[in-house]
Amino acid sequence: MSATPTIAFDAARCDGCGHCMNACVSAKSSDAHRAQPRIQILRDDESGRWGIAQCRQCGDPRCASVCPAAALEKGDDGIVAWDGKRCVNCLICTAGCTFGGIAFSPAEGHVVKCDQCEGAPQCVAACTRGALRYVTTATLYNRWGELEDLFVPGLGGCQGCNTELIMRHTLRRVGSNTVLATPPGCIPGMGSVGYNGMLGCKVPVFHPLLTNTASMLTGIRRQYKRKGRNVTALALAGDGGAGDVGFQSLSGAAERGEQILFICVDNEGYMNTGAQRSGSTTYGAWTATTPIGESARGKTQDAKNLPLLMMWHGCEYVATASTAFMEDFYAKLEAALDASQRGFAYLHLYSPCTSGWRFPSASNIEVARKAVETNFAVLWDYRRDQGLKLSRDIDAPLPVTEYLKLLGKFRHLDATQIAHIERHVAEQEQVLRELAAMHPRERRQVVGHQSDLMAVDLDQ
Amino acid sequence: MEQFDYVVLGASHAGLEALRAIRAHDSDGSIAVLDREARLPVSPTVLPYVVSGKRRQDRIALRERGWFDDLRVDYRQQAHAAALDSAHSRLRLADGSEIGYGKLLLATGAAPAVPPIAGLSDVRFHVLRTLDDALALREAGRSAGRAVVLGAGLVGMHAAENLARAGARVTIIEMRDQVLPGYFDATAAARIQAAFHDNGVEVLTGRRVASVAPRAGGCTVQLDGGEPCDANLLLVAAGVRPEVSYLAGSGVTVERGVVVDAFMRSTAANVWAAGDVVQTPSFFGDATPAGGILPDAVEQGRTAGMSMAGDPGVRAYPGGVSLNTYGFFGRRALSVGRDAPQQGGADWEVLVRGGEGSDAYLKIVLRDGRLQGVFGVDVLFDPGIMWELILRRVELGARAKALLENPQDAARALMSGLWR
Repeated sequence: MSATPTIAFDAARCDGCGHCMNACVSAKSSDAHRAQPRIQILRDDESGRWGIAQCRQCGDPRCASVCPAAALEKGDDGIVAWDGKRCVNCLICTAGCTFGGIAFSPAEGHVVKCDQCEGAPQCVAACTRGALRYVTTATLYNRWGELEDLFVPGLGGCQGCNTELIMRHTLRRVGSNTVLATPPGCIPGMGSVGYNGMLGCKVPVFHPLLTNTASMLTGIRRQYKRKGRNVTALALAGDGGAGDVGFQSLSGAAERGEQILFICVDNEGYMNTGAQRSGSTTYGAWTATTPIGESARGKTQDAKNLPLLMMWHGCEYVATASTAFMEDFYAKLEAALDASQRGFAYLHLYSPCTSGWRFPSASNIEVARKAVETNFAVLWDYRRDQGLKLSRDIDAPLPVTEYLKLLGKFRHLDATQIAHIERHVAEQEQVLRELAAMHPRERRQVVGHQSDLMAVDLDQ
Repeated sequence: MEQFDYVVLGASHAGLEALRAIRAHDSDGSIAVLDREARLPVSPTVLPYVVSGKRRQDRIALRERGWFDDLRVDYRQQAHAAALDSAHSRLRLADGSEIGYGKLLLATGAAPAVPPIAGLSDVRFHVLRTLDDALALREAGRSAGRAVVLGAGLVGMHAAENLARAGARVTIIEMRDQVLPGYFDATAAARIQAAFHDNGVEVLTGRRVASVAPRAGGCTVQLDGGEPCDANLLLVAAGVRPEVSYLAGSGVTVERGVVVDAFMRSTAANVWAAGDVVQTPSFFGDATPAGGILPDAVEQGRTAGMSMAGDPGVRAYPGGVSLNTYGFFGRRALSVGRDAPQQGGADWEVLVRGGEGSDAYLKIVLRDGRLQGVFGVDVLFDPGIMWELILRRVELGARAKALLENPQDAARALMSGLWR
């Protein structure tokens, strides 16, 4: 069974206006009858919050399991479909559902349930507050799942690390016509180059020095081109291999406009070798080389903004992405891959480090999400001909402390240090806001190149 | 001797759900399902609609053959278990063949109970449990002038309505003093009974049948201390008894049904049981009737299947909660959970709206502020949500009043918050 789209409800955004229910009634009514809405928004007076009753299109629908007439069935499209020709109106399905997702409609004379309006749910379209969202990420995962996984089945990452996700999903899309460079860091440490003389992936992969990744890819790309072959030159590097030790070759290749797709997996330090600081490490953070003691209180410099530095090179494409926002990441990977056929494409992925940042291994995606929601890590993309665009609204962020408090590496921070980080985040925010304002855009914007693949509502 | 990793006896709700649960965790193990019937599985719950003609018999199969094929399950019809040898993990079938199993699920359901009434074995009477029963009853109902139904449970009431619609003069005889005892209280039952009366069905409660005797074109039913009653058609709907005849000497303990633990394991090694064959413990841990409930059979089947396959996600079966959705003459009655006992005590609270002559009747039963039961006639709510609120022992607090006012909306709003 594959994953399928779902309608997500955010109670905090709902004000009970009822537009969704009216839209449903309009969509489902006929001349013969006025339909009962398949979505109900209800207020719980005790908690003061709005609740929802709507079919969740369960993966393992109990309404269907208990139906004595086999009138309910989960289809390949993900919809639990009701068959009026088989239904006997016994209502046992309503005993099987704990969401209020299927209910008897006296006017219509039978049970009714949501069918997501054949992929265009009218309730979601009618919601002006973003309380209802039609989440199609699952479709993307399915599509990605059909692409060949080009890494070996086992990669030796730390528990909870999102880098394996990044590596596999990236290479699935970039495909087999690729030469991959993975400079020293977590990625070869996890096994990209393999062990004991065996390769870790199904494409040609090599292990450059920390300093020369972009130079070596330059030569490889040019040599293949000379021979008449168009291969993708892909780098999967850490922030040290990209922005510190490897920066001169990266900067040179970007400036020359080499046709390379360079992906930086930023875990804010040299985590593979024992969590030493890098130029991307946040001010105040604990690392092995910025310890906490009687006088030392973590790193004393701010992180440099590597993706912005890359933007100023005038690359073909530069973007930041997060594994908490996979649709956005996919769209940017698509755009970056396309741009790398014309010039230099740089993709910067925020990668929380479970071991080096000191947080529970189950929280990686949540940490990544909070980084974005607090504007600690702002998602944007830049095209040479269009300038910089913000991928999400950054005007109402969560407090930065909501992010800081998740991480052990910030546990020692005092009020002055927190204020420093907040100020830095605000400054970066302002710079990006002004850069984005240089290129006015529509409220709703399609991110990425392949508009058929994914449309992202930027106001989410 | 054939050998399977899993053998499931019975292909109704519990057995089918178990198959799915087993396959969800064990993609390779060999599975056979043995069904007594000679046709695709049919739910007993759908049979009244076959009797009424609302559904044709070729449109009611619970699963098609392809479903079993997709799950890679060896599905066999007309396979009767005759004896179980749990010490050697072997089943003997009625045709003499033997099948070995790694793990066995007993999901053979129940058969109609035939009450000890003098003369009953001498007359032709109907029951309603299999498709053949339904077809026979439908045929007989077409020409029945005078029909007597023994038992005012769900099967009896449903069938009586269908017979009345087909034009028969129907009398229901129930030995308890109300219809649908155990499902609804006396007030709710009276509302339902009135609907039958209004539609020309005679309902005699608190009456026993002393004897039955054959007569031309039917039989005569002699009521205890009363007048005889002639019938062209006699339907016995006096409940069911677990189908356990093949378990004699098997090592599987049977009381009112197969005795199981919280993971549906029987007392014999590698033997599980689920559905109507089981002696279902009550969720409330009291004498509240449990078992014979379709959604409950599904839960038991899933629990058993997951337990058999060693699925680490398996959770203990919480116990049965009575749960019924009953439609009669275009109206609806719903019941979930248990009623308050006669001498309840201060921890019990009963909220009621709608007495005689009102549009609707609703009763909500609480203990220590937690939902125990909801009973409604002509009131709609989501039984599935009420079930979940009972299982979770949710404290309703001030919400109880809202629940009485509008049970559907109030329970949905509460449940929605609990899911987050």
